[in-house]
Amino acid sequence: MAFTQKKTAATTGISESASGHPVKPLYVAEDIEGLDYSEHLGDPGEFPFTRGIHETGYLGKLWTMRQFSGFGTPEETNRRYRELLSAGGTGLSVAFDLPTLMGRDPDDEMSAGEVGKCGASVACLDDMRSLFVGIPLGEVTTSMTINSPAAVIFAMYLVVAEEHGVSWKDLSGTLQNDILKEYIAQKEYIYPPEPSMRMVTDVFSFCSDHVPRWNTISVSGYHIREAGATALQELAFTLRNGIEYVEFGMRSGLSADQFVPRMSFFFNAHNNFFEEIAKYRAARKLWATVMRDRFGATDPRSLKLRFHAQTAGVSLTAQQPYNNVVRTALQALAAVLGGANSLHTNGLDEALSLPTKEAALIALRTQQIIAHESEAVKVTDPLGGSYYLESLTRDLEAGAVEYFNQIDGMGGMIPAIEQGYPQREIAQSAYGSQQAIEAGVCPVIGVNRYVDESKQTVPTLYIDEDIADQQRERIRRLKSTRDSSQVVRSLDELRRAAKGRDNLMPLLLEAVRANATLGEICDAMRDVWGEYEETPFV
Amino acid sequence: MRKIRVVIAKPGLDGHDRGAKVIARSLRDAGMEVVYTGLRQSPEQIVGSALQEDADVIGISILSGAHNHICPRIMNLIAEKGLEDVLVVIGGIIPDADVPGLQKIGIEGIFQPGTTMQVIVDFITDNVRSERKTL
Repeated sequence: MAFTQKKTAATTGISESASGHPVKPLYVAEDIEGLDYSEHLGDPGEFPFTRGIHETGYLGKLWTMRQFSGFGTPEETNRRYRELLSAGGTGLSVAFDLPTLMGRDPDDEMSAGEVGKCGASVACLDDMRSLFVGIPLGEVTTSMTINSPAAVIFAMYLVVAEEHGVSWKDLSGTLQNDILKEYIAQKEYIYPPEPSMRMVTDVFSFCSDHVPRWNTISVSGYHIREAGATALQELAFTLRNGIEYVEFGMRSGLSADQFVPRMSFFFNAHNNFFEEIAKYRAARKLWATVMRDRFGATDPRSLKLRFHAQTAGVSLTAQQPYNNVVRTALQALAAVLGGANSLHTNGLDEALSLPTKEAALIALRTQQIIAHESEAVKVTDPLGGSYYLESLTRDLEAGAVEYFNQIDGMGGMIPAIEQGYPQREIAQSAYGSQQAIEAGVCPVIGVNRYVDESKQTVPTLYIDEDIADQQRERIRRLKSTRDSSQVVRSLDELRRAAKGRDNLMPLLLEAVRANATLGEICDAMRDVWGEYEETPFV
Repeated sequence: MRKIRVVIAKPGLDGHDRGAKVIARSLRDAGMEVVYTGLRQSPEQIVGSALQEDADVIGISILSGAHNHICPRIMNLIAEKGLEDVLVVIGGIIPDADVPGLQKIGIEGIFQPGTTMQVIVDFITDNVRSERKTL
């Protein structure tokens, strides 16, 4: 395959990208020989959607400016959301704290020191209410970055939407709900793969009946890339995860066209400008082809890969942090030129802390400058036809297909994960890129080039410790005032259902309405399914 | 002279293990013997591993902001088990404001974002107890 780790002679003028892709000094017509316009590219809005899923690109609708945000109490996070929306943000994206991501209450022993630190603490229905006070849930779309306990948090959101008087039929937004990349990269998993996949497909099926405009999953390459993967590995593992979800969805009795249209994706926007643009284009083409040929999907919406992008957190430097504004702007431009449907731009201070209000605002302004000043949005897929870009797109696609075949040969993504295959591939790339930075082979301004010994400091956000006390107190109060017999009954029913095969969503809704906490609900399922543990390796 | 033995530990609920794994490999490549505990280890498990492995160094990786809760518990256990001659270092997202507090409880190396592997290797080599270097 064209993506290899092999070194190329300096004398040929061929260099190598961070992904190990040979890069020539010039691309000419013969580099895209055999590329057929209608077969490999197609007009925007037409199969295989290499050039975009919308006929009119961004002229019809700009991408959603969706800034991932959350810290401290639900009330504090709610204030940040209102600030972002009044500054021109066009969607919300909830960051939950680690106890929430791991299905534990603030008063759990394992939550000590973690409450509200990396995101908002949301442990009960009342927390979810506070998070969205004064926000029109029928108009603003909300994305929720939660995976193992995704179905529980979704149930809380559905109840709050109902209380706002918004019909589930009109509700739109995204649940990350991508457990496979947790086993592979981010490692916020609770249960073993089998029951975890069942929860994912329960959400697919429930939404296809009751919440038809909801994106039931955001198959995420972002975390895979942040963990160290190359652009090719990000592309290949993410789409192969997507294939795994489609297989499980169909195995649960759904037809592809019943749930694939509501699947969405999430990619990183990293430093190598052209490679990133090519990655998004290759992703669209691969998905359309695989859905049609492997799964027989016919609904055009099943073939169109929609994606959110986020600039690369890992590329931000603690040294000379103001340079991060420029890095982020270039990465965001790559996402836009690659046709992102939704975008998050990182704050300049995020190597050091969650972003301050000021840093978050500059990040949003960066998107607005691209959207309204650069005129990059006036032409759809403006780089389509470039010898270099098309050749890169084709190479990435071919590289991804090789990875697909390898993982198919292992029996699918779950067996591959159990063998530690994607984890090792990623760890190897992470180590390689660290070595390349330390050896100065991979230039990083302010780190191994143009180093400035005087420490440039920026203000950072500090999360107060007393947030944990407030959240613990809230849970204590809830537990002393709710009808505990109803809680016990709903959790018993949930345990019983977890042992069987019925869709869990109605039971989760019932438990949430009874004011069972996130920790209690997740514990009920832990009782039945146990917990997943990976074998550590270096 | 025996190799320097290091336990790399990842306490708390966080699963972001890129840093822990990269540092573990870097220390191994620098000639040290490295044990990586895996994720979500309690302070008891971490100190237990150090004891069992006869570690010269404990390296803690925390990115989540839980260091002010976790580190004192680890340091208390270290004192309890009489492991004061073990060098303790931490890497992760540690705000400047928290550095003095961590130093005060006996954490000698505090590696904030942007630290190179070489700095960490050199720090450990220079600061591991000399009586242990010649064990």
